[in-house]
Amino acid sequence: MLHSVSARALSLALLAGVSLFAGCSSIEPWVKPYERERLSLPILQFSRDGLADKHQEHVREVREAARGATGVQGGGCGCN
Amino acid sequence: MAATDLVRAVLNAWCSLQRQLIGRHGTGSRTAQVAGLLGGALAGGAAAAPNLPEDRADLMFHLYDADGLRASGPALLVRKKLADTVSLSASYYIDMVSNASIDVVTTASPYKETRKEYNLGLDYVVRDSSITVSTSNSKEPDYIANGTSIDVSQEVFGGMTSLSLGYTRAHDKVGRNGYEGFFDTATHWRYRLGVTQILSPSWLTSANFEAVSDDGYLGSPYRVARVFGAAIPERNPRTRSSRAIKLRSLGEVVPGHAVRVEYRYFWDTWDIKAHTAELGYVRQFSDLWLLDWYARYYKQQHALFYSDNASSETTYISRNRQLSTFKSTALGAKMAYTAKHVPGVYEIKLNAAYEFIRTRYSDFTDIRNGKPYELDAHVLQLFVSATF
Repeated sequence: MLHSVSARALSLALLAGVSLFAGCSSIEPWVKPYERERLSLPILQFSRDGLADKHQEHVREVREAARGATGVQGGGCGCN
Repeated sequence: MAATDLVRAVLNAWCSLQRQLIGRHGTGSRTAQVAGLLGGALAGGAAAAPNLPEDRADLMFHLYDADGLRASGPALLVRKKLADTVSLSASYYIDMVSNASIDVVTTASPYKETRKEYNLGLDYVVRDSSITVSTSNSKEPDYIANGTSIDVSQEVFGGMTSLSLGYTRAHDKVGRNGYEGFFDTATHWRYRLGVTQILSPSWLTSANFEAVSDDGYLGSPYRVARVFGAAIPERNPRTRSSRAIKLRSLGEVVPGHAVRVEYRYFWDTWDIKAHTAELGYVRQFSDLWLLDWYARYYKQQHALFYSDNASSETTYISRNRQLSTFKSTALGAKMAYTAKHVPGVYEIKLNAAYEFIRTRYSDFTDIRNGKPYELDAHVLQLFVSATF
């Protein structure tokens, strides 16, 4: 009985995986490279100035308990 | 087999729906774009190669000023490509601290000290991946922190989706004025995971997750806790583990006007929970001026062992206001002015940024007047940046 349930679960997982990769492979990236010109504009950057962002992040991290997931690469420094 | 058929039917319907929605992309359907993310990112496509960061140099003066604490100094960053696939970066940062904050004036003597930090980094682009390796060193008279990071990002789904993974290990040596050498250490591990998705030609969104673990001395040898009104040295746990997840989205709503929304939720094993929300608006005036306004709200609940004035002796006890319950509101503005632009050769920008932060503590008493402590802070950055 257990074997039968496992086999059914496996077949379901395989079917789901195959459907994901094969059935949906026709989806194409809808923003073509030549349509991404505006995404390189300064106003559409999450971070424009790495040095200034690191300073701002340091100011916050030494005063607040929360830390991490800021998107600033390398994270905060370990200083006190 | 009925269950298998049902799953197949659902999956087929889902894929069919995606195809139909994507087919309606020409009508500007945002739903279509969002619906395509999951299957689309997995399905993949010809990826565009990521670009190396631009060659640039920054020279900055920074200042933090709040109720007796002033930290200021210069910072410098230089980044240069070595070849088509490698970029090197180096930065140097100085914090000159003059500390007469509430923690110091109520328990110790004001002091001055300097912290110096340098970072070295290498960016390498191969096919549709970019790899960054960096190392940092921060030095104060009584504290040394060394860290090494590696970050990898991979573009998938025709360059519309960028996945990133990062790891940092840092090791600190903790000392104390008047004590020869260092009396303890701390080690930190940080694990990052992120995904950035292009949603339309002028709209992108990202999700970031970071787990941080600490082991070692996690307090300050100078700070005291209060038990029955008496000052005793603080006692912090020697381990801590935290998680943070951040969602953000940025889009150009009208040509030249962009809006940014961010939210982060944080929680850790010290029972601290924090919410951060940020709303920003960026505007490009002509080709010369860029102005950025933002508002940030931050709120946290105190650590399990935090107490303003404990009424019992416990294993761990702290009166570090960084671990207390407080709310913080910040308003900021950034300005960039393009002073010189020679197309394809170089560009020089003059930048200024100012942030006002108002913090209201719920359970940290200003023992000079017996009221909950309030803190207003000013943060200033003035810098010149050149790209070449």
